[in-house]
Amino acid sequence: MPLLEVKNLNKIYELGFIRKKYIHAVKNISFSMEQGEIVSLVGESGSGKTTTAKMILGLVKPTSGEIIIDGTKLEEYFKNIDTLRELRRKVHAIFQDPFASYNPFYPIDRVLHQAIKLIGFDPASSEARELMEEALRNVGLDPKMILGKYPHQLSGGEKQRIMVARCWLLMPKLIIADEPVSMIDASTRGGVIKLFEKLRKVQNTSIIFITHDMGLAYYISDRILIMHLGEIVEEGTPDDIISNPKHNYTKRLIASIPTLYKKWEDLEKVKV
Amino acid sequence: MKNLILNLENVKAYYMIANKFVKAVDGVSLEIRDEILGIVGESGSGKSTLTNVMLMSIKRPLTFVDGNVKLFSNGDVIELSSMSREELQKKIWGREISIIPQSAMNALMPTKRIKSYILDVMRSHFDKIEDEEIIKKAIDRFEEIGISGEYINRYPFELSGGMKQRAVIAVATLLNPRVLIADEPTSALDVATQKMVLATIKELKDKGIVKSIVFITHDIATVRQIAERIVVMYAGKIVEEGNMDEVILDPLHPYTKGLLYSVVTPEPEVRKRGIINIPGTPPDLTDPPPCCRFYPRCPSRMEICEKEEPELININQRKVACFLYEKR
Repeated sequence: MPLLEVKNLNKIYELGFIRKKYIHAVKNISFSMEQGEIVSLVGESGSGKTTTAKMILGLVKPTSGEIIIDGTKLEEYFKNIDTLRELRRKVHAIFQDPFASYNPFYPIDRVLHQAIKLIGFDPASSEARELMEEALRNVGLDPKMILGKYPHQLSGGEKQRIMVARCWLLMPKLIIADEPVSMIDASTRGGVIKLFEKLRKVQNTSIIFITHDMGLAYYISDRILIMHLGEIVEEGTPDDIISNPKHNYTKRLIASIPTLYKKWEDLEKVKV
Repeated sequence: MKNLILNLENVKAYYMIANKFVKAVDGVSLEIRDEILGIVGESGSGKSTLTNVMLMSIKRPLTFVDGNVKLFSNGDVIELSSMSREELQKKIWGREISIIPQSAMNALMPTKRIKSYILDVMRSHFDKIEDEEIIKKAIDRFEEIGISGEYINRYPFELSGGMKQRAVIAVATLLNPRVLIADEPTSALDVATQKMVLATIKELKDKGIVKSIVFITHDIATVRQIAERIVVMYAGKIVEEGNMDEVILDPLHPYTKGLLYSVVTPEPEVRKRGIINIPGTPPDLTDPPPCCRFYPRCPSRMEICEKEEPELININQRKVACFLYEKR
């Protein structure tokens, strides 16, 4: 049984009051993923990749279609508070902006306490404290330097690491990471990417990576889905996609990404 | 060996802020030849300050502390570092050395036609100008780099990002300068437009409109496509310099290696080599470590690195500032 199944998912946004305008953000997409798989959704801004993520998280209601997580339909999870808690334990989200994920008035311990409560521990207990410290060490942070601090005292990379530390407490089955490294410096980016690899290796977590960065998707995923104007236009293994792109959009995209080890041969021929 | 065009000798340029010096460019020697040269480094490594030094556009708080900058023009040697700002403005900027500053395309006033920028630039260089003649020349230049000449009558907001950037390139090279400095010219563009702008920049060199191009960026993969030589800066100093292919395939300095290995591009080589990250942050340039500036972050540091500062030494056509390669 696949961990996540998305069937004929659609989202149409309605704009305006009298003269209504409709935006078909996600057009009839279907895909599924297994436990332990890393799948990337790649596309430019406006291609519908974030809308897809929000629907899987239950933050946006789909216009039509089905989302099945771990054998249960998404709507079933919203029946009562206990099933909702179960969903939040199973599926964890990491967003692009590490600054927006924290409330600036509370110390960062709070986001870890919330995770602790979800797994049924009292945040004040000594076990909870131990779990939190271990989680922080797992993401390469020193608990003594982190606990008790406020968000503004930490760097973007550290904040994003703490979001990953929550995954070590919750042990979710699925992580949805929406551009998790696009706002942190290139030199620290590698470290955060490695954390996701470690999570998968140790906990067999499935990860949906949402990104516009083809290089990152290529590096980390088992499978890449290319989204364009709300549709999945191509799907394949990273090597397939970059060496043998089929859809025109993918071809154009791959041809214009600068590569480090190979020099473009067609630069003279580019129509200017 | 290709002709030497611009030569920097042991240049030190500091920002004076509240009685403290920020040592943004600290002892840089660099030869710019008839070539496309890429300068890369993290933000704060002094790359943009170095462009100001190349132009000798020194405005407070930036202070030129030491060294000299020489321009070689048809057999003459012009010492830029001893010229006054007025002289530079009249004889050098735009005519000999021209710059496309960072995010120049966003500095275009939306209510002014491209044409009026061209006339403004010309008026600042010549006492008397023939408008029609200049417009004709500008149209030729636009067509030469592949933009339709009619665009000079447009307003900036009517142009796309790539068009604006190419219009800026055309304006900067109107007087056929010997050297063109481009500071992050492709950073704000999407990948498809980026490739077009890169092609335009390369064309400037191939068609002989400019002799040499200095391409400044933090994105190694883009500059790799057009530059023949690369200079890597860290904390105000050059740490490695050499032929582009050689540096990419075999980085010598640990910083260069860290920088290259943190780049993720869709290529099988990247998966094979993996990624590494450089721990820590660059040093505070008001008080840089007296030893090797990369010492606190370096994965292969040795005892000597903490005590002395490595010099930029030659190793078969390459230059590197690291004790790993110094024979003692």
